Amino acid sequence: MAKVIGAVVIDTARCKGCELCVVACPTDVLALQPKEVNDRGYHFAYTANPDACIGCASCATVCPDACFTVYRQVIK
Amino acid sequence: MNTQDIIKPENLVASRPRLFTDAITHYCPGCSHGVVHRLVAELIDEMGLTDRTVGIAPVGCAVFAYNYIDVDWVEAAHGRAPAVATAISRLNPENFVFTYQGDGDLSAIGCAETIHAANRGENIVIIFINNAIYGMTGGQMAPTTLLGMKTATCPYGRREDLNGYPLPISNLLAQLDGTCYVTRQAVHTPAAVRTAKKALKHAIENALAKRGTSVVEFVSTCNSGWKMTPAQANDWMAEHMFAKYPLGDLKNRQD
Ligand SMILES: Cc1ncc(C[n+]2csc(CCOP(=O)(O)OP(=O)(O)O)c2C)c(N)n1
Ligand code: SF4
Ligand code: SF4
Ligand code: SF4
Repeated sequence: MAKVIGAVVIDTARCKGCELCVVACPTDVLALQPKEVNDRGYHFAYTANPDACIGCASCATVCPDACFTVYRQVIK
Repeated sequence: MNTQDIIKPENLVASRPRLFTDAITHYCPGCSHGVVHRLVAELIDEMGLTDRTVGIAPVGCAVFAYNYIDVDWVEAAHGRAPAVATAISRLNPENFVFTYQGDGDLSAIGCAETIHAANRGENIVIIFINNAIYGMTGGQMAPTTLLGMKTATCPYGRREDLNGYPLPISNLLAQLDGTCYVTRQAVHTPAAVRTAKKALKHAIENALAKRGTSVVEFVSTCNSGWKMTPAQANDWMAEHMFAKYPLGDLKNRQD
């Protein structure tokens, strides 16, 4: 059966740590950095569990700061 | 297969809109304004309207919208965006002209301009961000504030005997012969964002086809003013705002 795999790149400098992408991701790929912050003081989003990504772009769809680039590939 | 192998141009499915400038927005983390901005920027680009779009920015949190979406803009005095849009669309009928307004701007100080522009059936799109509060000035009560909802100027909650009722301005606008399309949308989930994008696209098509005024209300959050986290604000909106401001088309005339 064909398998869909995805990958995201997050513009962490732009991220405001709002967590909306974390809530929207159906496969729990994303989390906020618990300690580290970006230059503007926000606990930015990162891919805590990148292998689970299915490239659905839900994160990009809800991110108010357009931080996401999403890739998807079908493996036959 | 590892992540780096998937990151190739032919696998790209979503990215930052081309019409977004590099500026980091001044919006609070999680504010609905950013998501709606993205829909506006994507549609103008996808519909090939970049060179003939004029946006009218409001007074309110979206006052700097012109710094974020790279099309032509005019900044209107508080509430006067529909009047400015009227002039621009009449003088330049080949342009796509839209206003972008909060509920304070559109339904309080600019209520008259909004109603009359819609009643004249100006060929514009009114993008209406209803977060039930004056976000920019510190979270005062707006005409749209829900009964019982606490704001800086009704700290014990809005009372009908003292403050009157929440104003469903889109329902009023739908009554007017000048409006061809009035719809209520939200951007709190991926599915809602996709539906909202289709609605906004339809509104833009109406303006291009000179069908009259289209109003796209986005029931929105102001998590700072509501004193919640962004995720809590989305849940609160779905639970409380949608009861007074239900999502869906209020009017869709096709002629
Ligand atoms: C003539 C005038 N009156 C009052 C103000 C103060 N003021 C600035 S923004 C605003 C309300 C904004 O609320 P809204 O339109 O709901 O937008 P939001 O900030 O929530 O996006 C007010 C009353 C002003 N700038 N000019
Ligand atoms: S693309 Fe989908 S699965 Fe991947 S991180 Fe974003 S929301 Fe999660
Ligand atoms: S939705 Fe965007 S701004 Fe918010 S935490 Fe995720 S990447 Fe950061
Ligand atoms: S005050 Fe409210 S409307 Fe304004 S940017 Fe912050 S969250 Fe958004």
